[in-house]
Amino acid sequence: MTRILTLLAAMCLWAAPVAAQDDGPLRIEITEGVIEPLPIAVPDFVSDSATGAQMGRDVARVIAADLSGTGLFREIPQKAHIARITSFSSPVQFADWKAINAQALVTGAVSVDDTGKLVARFRLFDVFAGQEMGDGLQLSGTQSGWRRIAHKVADEIYTRLTGEGAYFDSRVAFVAESGPKNARAKRLAIMDYDGANVEYLSDSSSIVLAPRFSPDGDRILYTSYKTGFPRIYLLDLATMNRRALESQEGSMSFAPRFAPDGRHVVYSLTRGGNTDIYVMEIGTGDRRRLTRAPSIETAPSFSPDGERIVFESDRSGSQQLYIMPTRGGEATRISFGQGRYGTPVWSPRGDLVAFTKQSKGRFHIGVMRTDGSEERLLTASFLDEGPTWSPNGRVIMFTRETQGASGQASLYSVDITGRNLKQVPTETGASDPAWSPLND
Amino acid sequence: MTYASKTILFCAALALAGCGGAARFGEADAVNLNTAASDPASPAYFQQAVGDRVLFAVDQSTLSAQARDTLDAQAEWLMSNSDYRAVIEGHADEQGTREYNLALGARRANAVREYLVSRGVAGSRLKTVSYGKERPIEVCSDESCYAKNRRAVTVISVTPTG
Repeated sequence: MTRILTLLAAMCLWAAPVAAQDDGPLRIEITEGVIEPLPIAVPDFVSDSATGAQMGRDVARVIAADLSGTGLFREIPQKAHIARITSFSSPVQFADWKAINAQALVTGAVSVDDTGKLVARFRLFDVFAGQEMGDGLQLSGTQSGWRRIAHKVADEIYTRLTGEGAYFDSRVAFVAESGPKNARAKRLAIMDYDGANVEYLSDSSSIVLAPRFSPDGDRILYTSYKTGFPRIYLLDLATMNRRALESQEGSMSFAPRFAPDGRHVVYSLTRGGNTDIYVMEIGTGDRRRLTRAPSIETAPSFSPDGERIVFESDRSGSQQLYIMPTRGGEATRISFGQGRYGTPVWSPRGDLVAFTKQSKGRFHIGVMRTDGSEERLLTASFLDEGPTWSPNGRVIMFTRETQGASGQASLYSVDITGRNLKQVPTETGASDPAWSPLND
Repeated sequence: MTYASKTILFCAALALAGCGGAARFGEADAVNLNTAASDPASPAYFQQAVGDRVLFAVDQSTLSAQARDTLDAQAEWLMSNSDYRAVIEGHADEQGTREYNLALGARRANAVREYLVSRGVAGSRLKTVSYGKERPIEVCSDESCYAKNRRAVTVISVTPTG
């Protein structure tokens, strides 16, 4: 049984999704075939009021955008729909949906309850089998948080149809950029995974770099030049309190990441020009040095079980990836290809490491297994760097910077299959994305 | 020299730095730079006549013969103007990941600091910082720009020693 699960997990990671064509239950089967997105119809959610009607349209649009944005689904445009959903409880006319070749159908309703909460209900249908998939579900939340409700519905549909965890109800912390290349202003920012609801968490008075979420999504680590020297800071998103974690005179600290326990931080500390990796207990400030080498050791990232740390080092003469035990000690090199490897990030599933690779004047985002095997490059451009994993480990977001004097940074995402490369919409330039865990 | 005159000279140095493209200093009003730079004890003189920066090869922090000449002159100036401190800023070109470039910039700044100390400048007067690839002075994506961005700049600080 374990072997089958492992095999399935492996297939999920490497293969392209195709819609199942046989008589089994509707499911996006992950096989090594040609990609054929599953046709899905998402008519407007019905409502009993005029304002609700707009909300019903908006919720359906966000759900459809989430699903088709994965590249695993293809939305059938509403103008092609024959049947109209006018009531949430009326039986579905499957023939009308079959006629337009919709394999899956989402119907729903929105309303506002006595306490002013927005309530959304939805059903998912396997059109060709003529039956509902799973039970109808009801979700509620604030009216202003309607996008989150839509994302939660889309998450549920994604999970029912792929059998995998989802990622739509999540956020991305990043660095918003403006101004010319030689005087770029940088601000800490946070947004929904799809670019909506941007909030700025700092002004542009000092350079900020590389925010990272805590495992609960309640805090952010980042690097700031507030004192004139790069130092790592901890920001509590609920209270907006922030404090420096490192303030050693004459040192620089950067590249922080949380341990899976949320209580420790691993980061780089530079003293006397030498950069090594340290781990600090946030509560006490106790720090322990994990590497002792005259080479550069930086960009550490924990394995999901907290047992190991992947990092980059130029101890061999060029930037390469290594894994060491969390207690420190001997590190094993895992990257051996042509070029330089940096910014390793352990996948939430634990089986892959995403990285930036520099080779022949180009930059790539790639993945490899944690033993360094099966390296695959997913992107290529003038400058791609800094991958971050979606909560389900299926998608990677990263920074892409364009060439030349007017070069701009923006965020892109790509499937770990290498498919579905696309820009994430942001109102300013953007870099250093960090994907949150799924919201509660 | 009085503190006030030093301040004026320092402002002139700031104006100069603005012209030199160090954008973090922002716009500064026009000041008679010749007067300022002609005073050998001024930061403007240090920047213009002595030379405030050294350049590095790709992914290197080794000091070239030319860099050592510049640093010899910097050390001499710092020794004869012992009221000044300096922050040595290490920079990298854009061909590298952000974290690595921060560490590389720190190596470059430290190489300069150690050299200046070896020439007799008190270490307590010299701080280092790395900007990685965050603050290029040249913005093109060619080696002609990259060569100028791979630098360590000795920025004279007006804060009197002591």
